[in-house]
Amino acid sequence: MIPIPPAPDAAPPGRPELADAARNQVVKVTRPELARRAMLRRTRARLVIAAGGFGVLFGGVAFGLADAMVLDPAAPKRLQAMEQATRPAEHQPQRGVITDRNGEILAVSLPVTALYANPREIENPDAVARRLVTVLPQLDVERVTARLSGERQFSYIARSLTPREQQAVNSLGIPGLYFEQSERRAYPQGRSAAHLLGGVDVDGNGIAGVERRFDQRLRNNASEPLRLAIDVRVQLALRDAVQRAIAEFNGIGGAGILMDVQTGEVLGMVSLPDFDLSDPVRRDDLNVRREEAGYNPRFNRATVGVYEPGSTFKLLTAAAALDYGVVNIWSGFDASRPIRYGRFTINDFRGKNRWLALPEILAYSSNLASAHMAVAIGTQRHREFMVRMGMGSRLGIELPEAALPLIPRPQDWREINTMTIGFGHGISVTPLHVVTGVSALVNGGILRQPTLLARAPGEAAEGRRVVSERTSETMRRLMRLVVTAGSGRSADVPGYFVGGKTGTAQKTGPRGGYLENKRIAAFVGAFPMQAPRYAIYVMVDEPKPNARSHGYATAGWVAAPAAGMVIRSVAPILGMVPDTERLEEIQASISIPMQPARPAGTRAATPRTPAPAGQPAAPAATPVTTPAPAAAPARSAAVPPAPQREASLAPR
Amino acid sequence: MIAVSRADTSVLGRWWWTIDRWTLAALLALIGFGYVMMLAASPAVAERIGASSRNMFFVRQIAYLGMATAVMVAVSMLSIREVRLLGWVGLGGSLLLVAATLVMGAEIKGARRWLSIPGLGSVQPSEFLKPCFAIVAAWLIAEGKLNRRWGATLLAIGLFLGIAALLKGQPDIGMLLVITAVFFAQFFVAGLNLFVVGFVGLLGLAGAGLAYMLFPHVQSRVQRFLDPSSGDNYQVSVALEAFGHGGLLGRGPGEGRVKNVLPDAHADFVFAVAGEEFGLVVCLLILALFAFVVVRGLVRLMHETDLFVVLAATGLLTQFGLQAFVNMASSLHLIPTKGMTLPFVSYGGSSVLAIAMGMGMLLALTRRRLSRAEDET
Repeated sequence: MIPIPPAPDAAPPGRPELADAARNQVVKVTRPELARRAMLRRTRARLVIAAGGFGVLFGGVAFGLADAMVLDPAAPKRLQAMEQATRPAEHQPQRGVITDRNGEILAVSLPVTALYANPREIENPDAVARRLVTVLPQLDVERVTARLSGERQFSYIARSLTPREQQAVNSLGIPGLYFEQSERRAYPQGRSAAHLLGGVDVDGNGIAGVERRFDQRLRNNASEPLRLAIDVRVQLALRDAVQRAIAEFNGIGGAGILMDVQTGEVLGMVSLPDFDLSDPVRRDDLNVRREEAGYNPRFNRATVGVYEPGSTFKLLTAAAALDYGVVNIWSGFDASRPIRYGRFTINDFRGKNRWLALPEILAYSSNLASAHMAVAIGTQRHREFMVRMGMGSRLGIELPEAALPLIPRPQDWREINTMTIGFGHGISVTPLHVVTGVSALVNGGILRQPTLLARAPGEAAEGRRVVSERTSETMRRLMRLVVTAGSGRSADVPGYFVGGKTGTAQKTGPRGGYLENKRIAAFVGAFPMQAPRYAIYVMVDEPKPNARSHGYATAGWVAAPAAGMVIRSVAPILGMVPDTERLEEIQASISIPMQPARPAGTRAATPRTPAPAGQPAAPAATPVTTPAPAAAPARSAAVPPAPQREASLAPR
Repeated sequence: MIAVSRADTSVLGRWWWTIDRWTLAALLALIGFGYVMMLAASPAVAERIGASSRNMFFVRQIAYLGMATAVMVAVSMLSIREVRLLGWVGLGGSLLLVAATLVMGAEIKGARRWLSIPGLGSVQPSEFLKPCFAIVAAWLIAEGKLNRRWGATLLAIGLFLGIAALLKGQPDIGMLLVITAVFFAQFFVAGLNLFVVGFVGLLGLAGAGLAYMLFPHVQSRVQRFLDPSSGDNYQVSVALEAFGHGGLLGRGPGEGRVKNVLPDAHADFVFAVAGEEFGLVVCLLILALFAFVVVRGLVRLMHETDLFVVLAATGLLTQFGLQAFVNMASSLHLIPTKGMTLPFVSYGGSSVLAIAMGMGMLLALTRRRLSRAEDET
C-alpha cells in the first residue's frame, strides 16, 4: 500500500500547471512561474542522477559484500591465532611416557604446581604456616613452620597442588610464597610392574628400574614413548598366579617371568611382595628384621635374588651331556648308590635306586645320575658350558638391579663342584638366568640376551648358538616328558603342550649353610613344546607344606600349578589357540619313552664312568654333607668356594 | 497497523495519513537492527576497554535509540515552516557549540569534537550541525534560485565556509567531507550549471590532492588503502576476516569470534560484526534498507513542487546515504578508511539523535499535503 502522492501535475484547480498550459495556450503564466517550472524540470533530472548515483554506490557495496563474504572470503587467520592462544597450552612433558608393548601407559608425567617459599620474605613463619594449613590440611604446621624459617631463599612447601588448591593458596595473598610449574610421575598400572619401572624421586629423577636405566633417554626424548616388551596383561596374570601360590603355601615371596624364546623379550616379570609406585614404600614398612627375612618389597627377586637353582639345572646338565655327545637318549647312569666324595654324600630324594635312562633321570629328577652325568661331561667342559649358557655373568637386562651369579672361580672349580652343579647346587643364579638358559635350550639352541625393550616386529634378535638344533629338539621332548610323566604334571594345560622342569632347593642362611625347611620351589618351562614360543618361570620363596599338598612344599606342588595357571590365562591373551584337535598327533611327535630303546647297530655311548671317590651309600634319610651353597642370596662379592657346612640336601 | 480513521483530523490522525509510512517503516527497521547489533557487538568492546559492565554500551544505546525514535516521530510531525525554524535554531545552537569545542572541548584521539555537557554527558555538536545546515542551506539556495536573492546564496556559501573552518579546526575532516558533499549535492539538484559542476568536481579533486599533500594522516591512510601491505591495516583486515568468517548465513547471533578483536566493533565497524554473525543475507538486507530510504526518497522528490523541500530532502538523504555508504564501504575496504557511523546501527548518542532529527525532518518535509500555501498558513 504505497501512499502515492497525488501527481503534482494533477494538482488541484486554481493552480496553474504546465500540462494545462501545453494543452490550453490561452492560459497565461507569469515569467517567474515559467522559470520555476523549468528549474523544477531540471531538478527532477538531477534527482534522477542523484538517485542513480546512490544506486551505483550501494550496488558497489553490495558487490563488495558478496565478494568479501562469499566469493572470496578472507581466511580468519587472526581467529586461528586467537584460538591457539586461548586454548590451554598442551603440556609438554619433561619426561617421556613409558608404555608396555601394546602402548598401555605404565608411567606418565602429569603437570602439577609446586608451592615454594622464600623464607627470607616470610615475616612470621608460624602465622603463615597456620594460614597455609587452613587451605592445605595435608600439611603439618610444625614442619611448615620449620621450612618457612631460616635464612634460606628457597624451600618447597608442597610439591603437587591441584588447581583448586593453588587458587586457595593464591587467595591467601601471603607474600613470599611462589608457585612453580612442575611434574609428578604417575603410574596408572599401580603395582603391576613396580619393580621393573622402579620409580622416580621427588624431583623426577629415576631412582630404580627402567626409570633409572633410561633416565637420560626419558629426559632427552620426552616426546617419544619408551615402549617396553612388557605386556601388562601378562604381568597381571603372572602376579595373580604367583600371589595365589604364595598365599596358598604361606610363602614369604615369589617371582615369575614370561619370556619370548625367539626374541628374548621379557613379556612379564614380577617379584612379590611388591609395592605401589604411587605410594612409595614407607620407612615404617621396612623394619630391619623383616627386611632381612626377605620382606623388603623393593627387592626384585627376579633379577637381584640369586638362588641355588636346584633340579631345574639338570636340564642344563642333560643338554651339555647330549651336546658333547657324552650321552644318548637311551643311555643312562646308575643311581642305585649314594655318592660319597670326601666328606660329602650325595643322595636322591625318593630315589629309584637303580640304573636310570636319560629321560628317567629328568622325569625322576635324580641327583645321583645328574652328578654322574656332569662328571661324565668333564669338569672343564662343564664349566665352559655353564659360562656359555650365561651363568657366569650378568645377563645385560636393562635394569640397574641385576645381580651377578655366584659361580665358583675356574681355579676353584673341582670335580665336586661339577657334581653338585650338575643338579643345581653350589651355584646361585637369578631366576632370569634360569629362564634365559632354558629359552636357549628349547628355541633351537640360540642364547639371546633378555631384554625389557620391545623389539620392532620382524627385527631379528641376535643370539649365540649354545647347543645344536638336535640337542634342543631332544631337550624339548625331555621337558615335555617331565610334565606328562614327571614332577611337573600340574603345570600342564591341555592343548598348550607345556614342557619344563621343577626345582626345589634348600635356601642358604645368612652365614652360609642350608636352612631346614626353607626352600625355593621353582618351575621353569616353555610352551608349546612342538614349537616353543614362550618360556616361563615361577618361583615361590619359602613355601610351607599344607594339607592339600599332603605335607609337601616341593616345586611340583607349589610352582608347577602356578605356572599352569599362568599359561592357562596368558596363552589366549597372547593369541595362542589350544591345539586340542590334534592332541594325540602332536603329543606323539614330541614324546619320548622313559627308557628309549637303543637303535639297532649303534654302539652304546661310552660315558666316562663317574669316578666318585665314594664308598657304598649311606641310607637316604641320613643327613648328608655337601659343598656349601655359593652364598646367601645377596649381591655380595664372589664367595670363597665351598666351605663345608652341614645341610640336608634333598633337591627334587 | 494502527487503526486510524481517515476522517480523523487530529494531529496524530493527520500525521498517520500523510506520513511516508514505507520510509518510516524502513527507518524503524534500521533502529531495530541498531538494538540487535549493539547487543552483538558492544559487550566484547566493553570488556576489552575494561568497562564496569559488559552491557554498558548496550544499556546506553537502548536509551539513545528510544530517544531517537521519539525525536524522529516528534520532528516528523512538524510543518515545513517549523522544520525550517528548527533548522535555523539548530544551526545556530550547534554552531555555537562547535565553536565551543575548539575552546573547551575534550581532546580525544587528537581531535576536539566533544563537549561534555552536565546532565547529558559527551555530545558531539557537529552531528547536529549536519541536518540543520542541510535545511538552512536548502532554504537559502531555494530563495536564491526562486527569488533571485543572490545574497541568500552567498550567505549559504559563507555559512558553509565558516562551518568548514570550524570543522577543520577540530579537526573533523570526515564531517567536513559529508557537509561539503551534501552542500554540493543540494546545489547540483538545484540545477547548478554543469560546467560549474565540473569545475567544482575538479576543485574537489584538487582539494583531495591538497589534503593528501598537506595532511600526513590522510596521505598514510590513502597509501594504506592502495597498498594494504604498506602499513597498519589492522582494523580493515580484521573486519574483512569478520566478513569472511560470516559467509552467506553468518555464524549465528552471539557466535562471532573475530568481533572480539575488532577495534570499534560497536561503532565504525559494526557492519563487520553484522557480517560475521548474521551473514551476507542480513548485510544485504541492511544495505537494501538504506538504499530503499535514499533512492525512494530521491525518486519521490520528483513529484515535489517545492524547491526548498526538494533541496532540503536531498540534503538530508544525501547525508544519510553517504554516511551509510562511507561506513559500509570503508569496512569492506572499498574506500580508504574514514571513521563514520552507520546511521542508527552504530553506537553513539549524538550520532543517533542527530540522524533521528534529520530523518524526522525528512519525514516532515515529505508528508503529503495539498500545496505549499496550505503548509505556509
